[in-house]
Amino acid sequence: MGEMTFVAAAREDLDEEMARDPSVFVMGQGIGARGGNFNTTMGLFEKYGPERLRDVPIAERGFVGMCTGAAATGTRPVVDFMFVDFILDAMGELINQTAKLQYMSSGRLTMPIVLRGCYGIGRASATHHSGAYYPIFVHLPGFRVAVPTTPADAKGLLKTAIRLEDPVLFLEHKSLLNTKGSVPEGEHLVPFGEAWVARRGTHLTAVAIGSMVPRTLEVAGRLAAEEVSVEVIDPRTLAPLDIDTILESVHRTGRLLIVDETYAPCGIGAEIAAQVVDRSFDDLDAPIRRLNGLHTPIPYSPPLEAAVVPTTEAIAQAIRDLLAE
Amino acid sequence: MATPLAATPAESGAAESAAARTALGTAEQLALFRTMVEIRRVEEGLVRAHQNGLVHGACHTYVGQEAIAAGVCAHLRPSDVVFSTHRGHGHALAKGVAAQEIAAELFGRETGCSHGRGGSMHLFKPEVGMMGTSGIVGPCILLAAGAGYSFRLQRTDNVAVAFFGDGASNNGAFHEGINMASVWDLPVLFVCENNQYATEVPYHTVSRNPDVAAKAAAYGLPSVIVDGNDILAVHAAAGEAVRRARGGGGPTLLECKTYRTRAHSEGMRDAGYRTAEEVNAWKERCPIKRFRSHLLEAASASSAELDQVEREVDALVANALAFAKDSPWPDPAMVTQHVYRSEGRAGGSVG
Repeated sequence: MGEMTFVAAAREDLDEEMARDPSVFVMGQGIGARGGNFNTTMGLFEKYGPERLRDVPIAERGFVGMCTGAAATGTRPVVDFMFVDFILDAMGELINQTAKLQYMSSGRLTMPIVLRGCYGIGRASATHHSGAYYPIFVHLPGFRVAVPTTPADAKGLLKTAIRLEDPVLFLEHKSLLNTKGSVPEGEHLVPFGEAWVARRGTHLTAVAIGSMVPRTLEVAGRLAAEEVSVEVIDPRTLAPLDIDTILESVHRTGRLLIVDETYAPCGIGAEIAAQVVDRSFDDLDAPIRRLNGLHTPIPYSPPLEAAVVPTTEAIAQAIRDLLAE
Repeated sequence: MATPLAATPAESGAAESAAARTALGTAEQLALFRTMVEIRRVEEGLVRAHQNGLVHGACHTYVGQEAIAAGVCAHLRPSDVVFSTHRGHGHALAKGVAAQEIAAELFGRETGCSHGRGGSMHLFKPEVGMMGTSGIVGPCILLAAGAGYSFRLQRTDNVAVAFFGDGASNNGAFHEGINMASVWDLPVLFVCENNQYATEVPYHTVSRNPDVAAKAAAYGLPSVIVDGNDILAVHAAAGEAVRRARGGGGPTLLECKTYRTRAHSEGMRDAGYRTAEEVNAWKERCPIKRFRSHLLEAASASSAELDQVEREVDALVANALAFAKDSPWPDPAMVTQHVYRSEGRAGGSVG
C-alpha cells in the first residue's frame, strides 16, 4: 500500500499495463514528451517511445476512428481526450463504429479501447471544458462506463478497463485528480459492476456519483453528530450498474437520495429511481429524491458555476427533508 | 443538365495500353475475369431477390465498378484487411467472402456472414480480412488507417485497404485519415471509387477540383488516377501501391474513375440527376465486356473458355441464392448476443 494521488495511481496502472502488454498504446494531444495536460502520462514517453505514446493532430473524430480500427485488429488503444468535452467531436465514430462493431460482426471482432478524459465542474473552466456526458454513454448499448472517485479505484478500474474487450469510457473528475489515498501495489483489479459502500448507515441511502461522493460523505459525517445515519454508495461503474447493492441498501433504510452533477432528464438518477421502483416499491417509505446539476450549460464565473451543482447544504437539506417524509 | 461524361483517362485503347504493360499470365487474368463476373452475377441475382422481396431494406449494387474490387483485392492476403462502404458486395466477394454467405446475409438469415445482424451494409468476415461494409460514408478511411497503425505496432507486413466513393472525399474523415496515415507512413491503400455521384449529387457540383487524387498533395502522399473500368490498369496501380505499403513505404491514394450503371439503391427512382445517354455510354464501357474483348483479341483465352467461366459462376450464384433462401432465420432469443464481449452484467436496461 502506498499513498498517492488519484492521477498518480491511474498513471501507475497505465505504466504497469504498458509494460505487461506491448499492444497497449495511447493517443492524445500532448500525451507524449509533455506527459499530458493533467499529467496522465508523465514519464511514460521516455519508457515507451512515440509509437506507443502518440501525439495526434486535433482531430478527435479522426484519431477515435483510427483507434477503433486498431482495436478491431489486435491492439489495445487508450484514447486520452484531456478534457472529455472533446469526445463530442467523435460521437459519430463512437456510436456507429466503436460501440457497434462487435455486434455487427457477431462477436468476431472485439473492441478493447479505453476512452479516458477529465471531466466535471469546479475549476472555472467554462462550458467547453466542464462537461461530464456519461449518461449518454450509459444509454447506448456497447459501452462500459467507469467513474472512479478514489486513487485505489482509479488504478483498479483502469486496470480492468484496459484488459476488457469492450469499449470503456473512463472518467476522471478534475476536482479529484490531486486527492490522495492509499493504493495497493501491482495487480490491483476492481471489477466492473460492483458498487462501493463508502459509508454504512441505517436511516437513508445516498447514491452519489463522481465528485458528489466526497461531498455526500462530508455531509453524512456532519449529520452523524445529529444522530442521522446515512449510507453512502459509490456505484463506481454506471454501465454495468450494481443495482443489487442499491436495492439491498434501500431494503434496510427505506429512503433513497441520488446525487449527481449531471443533468436530471433521462439521467442516471432517473434510471436508478425507475429500477428501484420497479423492483423494490414496497421497500420505500418515502418518495425517491434526486439532486442534479441544473439544466443549463456550465457558466464560467465562480459564483455562477457553484450555483449549478448540488452543494453540501442542498444535500443536507434533501436528507433532512427525506427523513421528515 | 449536362454532366461532364469524361473522367476516363486515355479512354480509347486504355485496355490495350494496360494490356501491353501487364505481366500477368493467363491463369491470373482468368482469375480476374472470374472475380468480376462473379460480382456481376451475384449483384444481378440480388437485384432479382430484392424485387421478389427476399432481400430486405437497402441494396446498393456494384454493377459497373467490378474491376476495382477485383484488381485491388487480387494483391491481398487473407491477413490483409478491407474496410468498405455501403456499396460493398463486390469488395466482400473479391476479398474472399463466399457468395452464399453474402446472399444469406442480405436475405437476413442465420447463415449470413454477419449472422443476420448486418445486411447489405454490414458485411463482416474477419476470418478472411473483410472487416465490414458500412452505412456511414467516411469511417472506413479512419478504420483502415487504424488497422495500419496496429500492423505497425505488431511488426507485421499486413496492409489495410479502405474503399470509398467520391462522396467520402469531401468528408472530414478522408482528410483526417489520410493526413495521419501519411505523416506516420502507415501501410494503407486508400481506394477512391469516383463514380461521379455522391448518392445523386454530381461530384462537380460539390468539388471545384474534379480529381480526388489531387487532394493527396495537400497531405504529402503519392496518388494515382486510373481508369477504374480497366481491370489491368487498376491491377497494375494497386499492385504498386500494395507493394509500397507492405515494404514500409507508406500509404497511397488510388483514384479509380468509374460509374455505377444501376440506381443508387435498388428500387430508387434513377432519374432527374443524370441522363439515359450518360448511363448508356458508361454501359458501353462495361469493365467485364472490355476485358473479355481484350482477352479474345490478345488470344489469352478462347471464347469457349470464357463461356465456361461464366457457366461455372452462374451455377455458383444459383446455388448461393438457393442456399440463402433455404437457410433458417436467426433466433430472436439471441438478439442481444454480442453487444458486449466481456463477462458482466451486460443485459438489462442499464449497462
